[in-house]
Amino acid sequence: MTWIDGLLIALGAVMAVVVGRLLTGPTNADRVVALDLGFVVFIAATALLSVRLDVAAIDILVLAATLLGFLTTIAVSHLLERRPR
Amino acid sequence: MWSDLIGGVFATTGIALIAIAGLGLLRLPDTYNRINAVTKAATLGVIGVLIGVMIIKPSVTSIGLLAPAIILQLLTTPFGSYAVGRAAHRSSSPLAPITHHDELHRPPPAYRAGPPP
Repeated sequence: MTWIDGLLIALGAVMAVVVGRLLTGPTNADRVVALDLGFVVFIAATALLSVRLDVAAIDILVLAATLLGFLTTIAVSHLLERRPR
Repeated sequence: MWSDLIGGVFATTGIALIAIAGLGLLRLPDTYNRINAVTKAATLGVIGVLIGVMIIKPSVTSIGLLAPAIILQLLTTPFGSYAVGRAAHRSSSPLAPITHHDELHRPPPAYRAGPPP
């Protein structure tokens, strides 16, 4: 299972891009978009870790992160609509 | 062995899509273009990774938890990205200079001359 390590390293590179966009987004909308991709990277990394570590029980984190990512995106975009820029 | 190979192809395709989305988040000029890139990864990339994991290690726990995650991701991602795009436009996020026209643009209200009705 060494190829899963390569995929996890690629996900780490994408997460570095996400953190950079979170810190230096020109507007707050860019930060919300980066947060959305951060949840996507977390979901993929958790699913790959359940294969790599051979623990099927942490797939519950995938389901929880799916719901939490949707609710976070909706809540933060409503906050963004209320306050300009 | 064959399940490892087929699941590995699915998972690698999904990770490649997520990596392309990260490149788009880094390089695209506009908030709306970045929303486009991220949404494609959030549907097809995540679904590829989760189907690959389900093929590599099929068990009751993994299939029972990952299949609802796939369905929820398909249902919630378009709505979330639509909300983000609308919020970005209402908070006057700047458009890229290559944008042709803006369908959501509203001119400021013109004041009517004369007495009010």
